[in-house]
Amino acid sequence: MNRMPSVETSIESDAIAVERTLAGDRDAFRILVERHSRNVYRLAYRMTGNQHDAEEVVQEAFLRAYQKLSQFASRANFGTWVYRIAANYAIDRMRQKKSEDSNRALPARETEDGVEMDLMSSVPDGAPSPERLAQSGQLAVQMRRALTQLTPAERTAFVMRHWGGSGIEEIAEALKSSTSAAKNTVFRSVQKLRKTLEPFVEQRGRVRAMGTEL
Amino acid sequence: MNHPKEEELIAYHDGEDAGRQTITAHLGDCPECQAELARIDALLAALNTIPVPDPGEDYGQRVWQQISPRLPQRRGHWWDFLFSEPKTAPWFAPHRWAAAGAIAALVLAAFIAGRISKPNAPGTPVAVDQTKVRERILVMAVGEHLGRSEMVLVELANSGPDTAGQKEVNISGEQRRAEDLLEENRLYRQTALEQGDTALAGVLDELERVLLDVAHSPQQVTPAQLEAIRQRIEARGILFKVRVVGKELQQREESGSAPAKPSSSAKGERNKV
Repeated sequence: MNRMPSVETSIESDAIAVERTLAGDRDAFRILVERHSRNVYRLAYRMTGNQHDAEEVVQEAFLRAYQKLSQFASRANFGTWVYRIAANYAIDRMRQKKSEDSNRALPARETEDGVEMDLMSSVPDGAPSPERLAQSGQLAVQMRRALTQLTPAERTAFVMRHWGGSGIEEIAEALKSSTSAAKNTVFRSVQKLRKTLEPFVEQRGRVRAMGTEL
Repeated sequence: MNHPKEEELIAYHDGEDAGRQTITAHLGDCPECQAELARIDALLAALNTIPVPDPGEDYGQRVWQQISPRLPQRRGHWWDFLFSEPKTAPWFAPHRWAAAGAIAALVLAAFIAGRISKPNAPGTPVAVDQTKVRERILVMAVGEHLGRSEMVLVELANSGPDTAGQKEVNISGEQRRAEDLLEENRLYRQTALEQGDTALAGVLDELERVLLDVAHSPQQVTPAQLEAIRQRIEARGILFKVRVVGKELQQREESGSAPAKPSSSAKGERNKV
């Protein structure tokens, strides 16, 4: 099977759509929206932790991209560029939400597949022990909650690095920080997640090793 | 060497090049650091299992519907980009040449159409020859487009895990090519409709649905998901239809004077699918 990606073709075709949009062909922007929406949605969901906010981030990212299209530079490709706009907006939104709700802890919202990672949800003081969590198959819930404990910058850095495969420079640009600060933020995010989650992950490993499916 | 710091092991997990060889050498001799790295790997692997809900295949279209009323209209014409100052790519970028080439081809076609039609006897409609030229251009372009589409579909039909235990298959290459073909396909379908070739437009319409399906699939699919995509392609019989129409277009192109409408036998063949 041919696995040669046609990244150049895609970037090339994006560049044409950008030029046509700038020249007044609004429908050309539709091609960009349809092509990149799902990818931006994946980032937005992982950053915000819920579908409603993720969808808002996606829409706002494309609106901002349209408004700023004349600033789009050839050194970036459109997919990367709109991804960064979405990351920037998601951080602002998370910070704003956090400050609005700083005095109240919202309960995590339940969905079909468990608990959505609402940013304001928190790990309760009386959290169950690792054994109980592992046995009740709640590791996914715990992981989502641990992500909500990260600061917006840490969460952005973690999502971009480990789920988006972004480079440190790209993360630094999204965080508006230096590369060394971005590197530290990535490290801090993983360190915090390790502290919270490693006991649960190890417990699951032990249970699986004993042949018990969680 | 001293034990690498946690920070360095995380960077190592992320594939960072700096100090990689030294850390690899150290890991070979240090069970403690091996265990530490294994813990980092396990944690990040566990976090990868958090699912992201699929917003649906038509998500991009829905986003467009939601934002398009809020987009201000820009001034200009779409062809301005050929002559505009380079903002996203230099003037010699290949796409500019490709677009300029397409326009040049159309101008040339119009010129040839004019030359062909002039010597005609009085009373011969000029539009007939121009239509033939336009149709010929469409036939050549669509034939090539169908050939490329067939290649993507055949590759998908023949793809599968490289090893028996492989859990996911990467179809990102096919997916991107399907996305590119999708835009061309829309253009050719509209042109075919304008030319009155409803049969060709019908096959292009079906091809568009299949390409859309492939373009909106995840980049990494399980063998079961891949099989489902394959079955959807087979259920539509699109590969066969594409081959039939491709061959028919090739014949039309070779004969040059073939009728614009597809032959009844070819129509029958398409309908059998």
